[in-house]
Amino acid sequence: MKDHTATEHATDRTELINAVGLHARPSVKLTQLAKTFACRVEIALSAEGPWVDAKSPVKVMRVKAPRGAVLHVRTSGPGAAAAADALIALVRGGFGEETNQPADLRHG
Amino acid sequence: MAELRLFGRSAAPGVAKGVVAVLDAARRPRREAAGTQAEEASALQLALSQALAEVEALAGRATGEAADMLGFQVAMLSDEELVRPALEGVGAGESAAAAWEAAMEVEIAGYRDARDDHFSARTADLEDIRDRVLGHLEPGGTGPVIPDGSVVVAADLPISRFLAIDWARGGAILLTQGSSTSHVAMLARARGVPMVVGLVGAANAMAGREALVDAATGEVVLDPTEATLAIFAAKADREMTAAAASATFRLRPAVTRDGTRIALNLNASSAHELEGLDPAICDGIGLVRTEILFHGPGALPDENAQYEAYRRIVAWADGRPVTIRTLDAGGDKPIPGVTVDGESNPFLGLRGIRLSLRHPALFQIQLRALARAAAHGDVRIMLPMVTVPAELEAGRKLLGEALASLARDNLPAGHPKLGIMIEVPAAAIAVDHFDADFFSIGSNDLTQYVTAAGRDIGTVADLADPMNPAVLRLIASVARHGRETGREVSLCGDAGGDVRVIGALLRAGLRSLSVAPAYVGAAKQAIAAIDLRDATP
Repeated sequence: MKDHTATEHATDRTELINAVGLHARPSVKLTQLAKTFACRVEIALSAEGPWVDAKSPVKVMRVKAPRGAVLHVRTSGPGAAAAADALIALVRGGFGEETNQPADLRHG
Repeated sequence: MAELRLFGRSAAPGVAKGVVAVLDAARRPRREAAGTQAEEASALQLALSQALAEVEALAGRATGEAADMLGFQVAMLSDEELVRPALEGVGAGESAAAAWEAAMEVEIAGYRDARDDHFSARTADLEDIRDRVLGHLEPGGTGPVIPDGSVVVAADLPISRFLAIDWARGGAILLTQGSSTSHVAMLARARGVPMVVGLVGAANAMAGREALVDAATGEVVLDPTEATLAIFAAKADREMTAAAASATFRLRPAVTRDGTRIALNLNASSAHELEGLDPAICDGIGLVRTEILFHGPGALPDENAQYEAYRRIVAWADGRPVTIRTLDAGGDKPIPGVTVDGESNPFLGLRGIRLSLRHPALFQIQLRALARAAAHGDVRIMLPMVTVPAELEAGRKLLGEALASLARDNLPAGHPKLGIMIEVPAAAIAVDHFDADFFSIGSNDLTQYVTAAGRDIGTVADLADPMNPAVLRLIASVARHGRETGREVSLCGDAGGDVRVIGALLRAGLRSLSVAPAYVGAAKQAIAAIDLRDATP
C-alpha cells in the first residue's frame, strides 16, 4: 500500500516479520539507514501516530514495537519516496535476519 | 559485629576474600547544583562524551554478543535524545548527576515495564549506560570504578563491567539475581573468578564489609570471626596446593600411567574465554558452543559477525582442530524469537538440530560462516541432538548448499568435516546407522535421557549419574564403533572434566575428552594416575 502523493511526501506500512521486533539491533540498523537520507523520516505503530523520529535510536527503542506489529513509515523532504521504500525494504527483509518461516525437514 | 552467612548458587568455583563493592547501591547525587546551569550542562555533556569514548574502546576489542551489546550502547550514547530530558532537568536547577539519574530512571522504567522480554532484557544495558555516565560525574562516588580484588555485589553484572575489572588481582562476583548459564558466568569460569548467583540477602547492606566467598558451595560469610577466617584460610590453602599440583600437568600431554596418549581438548564459548591461555595446554578445541552469539541485542548475529567470532577461535587454536557445534538452542537454552515458548517438556521438544532445520535461513548463515572460518584452519562442524540419520543428511545437504553459494560469491571457504553429537539414546544405540565423519558424546544430555532424571531437578539429580552402567555401556559401544570404522569419538560433557569419572570413561574405550579450560590440569593429573592395564574397577 503506497501513497506517494507528492515528490516530497511518502507514507507506507508493513508488518515486522523479523524474529524479535524492533529490538536493539534492528533499531540500530533502522536508524543508521534513516540517517543516510536528508529528508525527515518518522515511524509509528498506527497511522494516527504518535510519530517518532526514525533517526534517533533512543526514540525508536521507546516505541517497543514487537514482532507482528505493523510499522508505519512517513517521510517528507528531498528523497522522501526513496527513503520510505528503503525503510520498508529493510523491514520486509527482516533486517537481514531470520524470519521464523518454518521449512520442511529435508530427507537426504 | 557477629558474622553473617548468606547462601546462593555456585556459578564458578573458587574461594576469595575481599571487601565488598556494591555495584548498584542507591546513589545520593547532589540535589543542589554545584555550578551554574551552563557549568552543570557542560559537565553532563563531558561525562557523556567520556562514557561514549570508553564504550567505543571496549566495542573495538569485543566480538560476538559483547560487540553487539556495546554497539547498541554506542548508538544510544551518540543520540542527543538520550541526554535531552536530563538537560531539561539541569535547566530547572538540578545538578547534572541528579538530573541524569532522574531522566534515566524514566527511560529505564520504560524498558523494565515492557511486556516483551526482548526489551525488558535491555534494562541492564540502560543501567550500565546510566552508571557509566554517573561515574564520570561523581568521581569517588559509587560510579563504575571498582577497586581490584573486590568482592563485587550486584543484582546482575553487565559484560562490559566484567571486562573492565582486572580479575588477575583476585576478587569474586556475588549476584542477587543472575544465572549460572549467563555469558558472564561462562567468562568467570573460564578466567577462574569465583561467582555466586541467586544470593539471598540485602546487597546494599554489604558495602564495605569484609566477605569470605566459597563459590563452590555458594556460601558467603560477612564480617567473619577469627575462627571462620582460620577455617577459610586452611580451605584456601588446600585449594591452592591442589591447584598448584595440577597446574604442573597443564602444559604436558595427557598420558595414562601405562603410556596411553589421551587427546585432551577444550570446551569454549568465545574467544574471550581463551584470551591469555596457552594453546599448548590442549590438543584442540573439542566443543565451541555457539549459543552465546545468539543472545545479543536484536538477537541474531549476521554471517560476518559469526565468521569473525569463529575465525578468532581458529586463530587461537594455531592449527589444532576446532570442533564447532551448530546452534544448540532450546531445552535449557532458550533464544527469544527462535525457540518455542511454553513447550510442556522443552528437553524433549524442538531443540538443537531439530530447531536449526526448522530455520533453514538462520542455519544457512551459520553454515556459511563456519565454512568460511574453515579456510583458516581445521574446523569441524558438529550437529547437536541428532536423533535419526535423516537429520544428519539434511545438515550435509545444507552444508553443500552453503559451500556452493560461497563459491558463487567468490568467498574463500574450507570443506569442514561433519559430525554429530551422541546425546539422544536413539543415536547412541543405533550409532552404526549414522554416516558421520566423527562422533562426540554429550554426556550431560545422554545421562539425563538414559536415566530419565534431570540434572536441574534437585530431588532426582543424584540419579543423573554418568557412572550409571547403562550410560557407560552406551559410551563403550559408541567408542567401539568408532574404532572399528575409523571414526573419531570424543566426549565433551561435564563428565570429561570430572576426576571421579575419567577412569571409567577411558576404560569404556574413550581416548579423547574435552573439558573446560579451568579443569585441564586436574584432568591431566587424574589421567596420569590411571593404569589401563588394571582390571576394570
